[in-house]
Amino acid sequence: MSEKKTIPAPLANEGLPPEERGLFCDAAPREYEPARGAWERFLNWARSESLWLLGFGTGCGAIELRPLMTSRFDMYRYGIQPRPTPRQSSVFVIGGYASVKTLKRIVRSYEQMMGPKFVLALGSCTINGGMYWDSYNTIKRIDQYIPVDVYIAGCMPRPEALLAGFQELKRIIKSGGGEGQNEYARNFDWYKANQKKVIKDWNMPDYNW
Amino acid sequence: MNELAKELAGRYGARGWHDIRKDLASVEVDAIRIRDVMAYLRDEAGYGHLSFMTAIDNIERGAFTLSYALRDHDARRGLIVHADVDRAEPTVDSIHLLWGQAWTYQREMREWFGIDFPGSPRVDEEFVLEGWEGPPMMRRDFDSLAYSDATYAERPGRVTHDPASHMREKLYPEAAQ
Repeated sequence: MSEKKTIPAPLANEGLPPEERGLFCDAAPREYEPARGAWERFLNWARSESLWLLGFGTGCGAIELRPLMTSRFDMYRYGIQPRPTPRQSSVFVIGGYASVKTLKRIVRSYEQMMGPKFVLALGSCTINGGMYWDSYNTIKRIDQYIPVDVYIAGCMPRPEALLAGFQELKRIIKSGGGEGQNEYARNFDWYKANQKKVIKDWNMPDYNW
Repeated sequence: MNELAKELAGRYGARGWHDIRKDLASVEVDAIRIRDVMAYLRDEAGYGHLSFMTAIDNIERGAFTLSYALRDHDARRGLIVHADVDRAEPTVDSIHLLWGQAWTYQREMREWFGIDFPGSPRVDEEFVLEGWEGPPMMRRDFDSLAYSDATYAERPGRVTHDPASHMREKLYPEAAQ
């Protein structure tokens, strides 16, 4: 009956000192296994109507999250609310440019988020580097390092654009898309290689769970 | 030339006194004298506050120009002390014993320009960069674009317009032709 699953080799966690390796997870991420039929559709509906975003402003674009939260644009009416920890969040809003130092925290936070998880990339910096196209310390496209579901172009995008992005994300989730987490699990080695290429002092677990 | 300029010139060979504003002046000294000059300015001349210090990469004459901005709050005047240091071997005396906040600036300059301040606390630790392996990135011979192209993946299809000609063509298409 049961399908034989291939168990990937445990991660080496070479960035950690030997005495700390046992404290962290050494399993690679796994793909999400959807429930059957209507139940998964119900779950997707529930997910899309309660998007909890990680309150981590990673760049200057995070300033757009404040008007989004407060009364004028009021994202709570769409079921969107910020959470203080990645463990409770399902949406990560990348707020514009990401320096290498921030990318390290982004990767760490993204991996700690509960699945299914989604990423909204905000601003032109996340798409092609934007005005930081020749910066020595700013990555030029975020999708090399974590999977992205929806891009919101602009420098900055207005809160209306963010709301439109959230609506698009909802539509994607309801239609059973939002494969970011699975992509990350499938191409884990590729993402890791990209991350380690730019994060030179890798001193955290290979998978921060 | 005022009294302080004469005093600095006589004691420390300071030169090039320049009144930028009524309450702000600059002066040049030799880098080897910097700690003596700073101690004199702080203890004798009333410049009790180090506002900031920074470095300028004057690559044309092979020197880093260190700039120390001092402030005399009682007399409401400021003084910027410049000191050239050899770009090939940039080592300067630390002034962290005169002003405690100086070591933060010195650590910054160590990381960004590669200027060494022996004895300054934590001067060899990384400051804002993490795991940086390239050359000091604020040096003017550091090619930021080449480094960025070699290090970070790029999305193809990026187009750049010259703002002036782009707007001219957009707003006045008949004149552009």
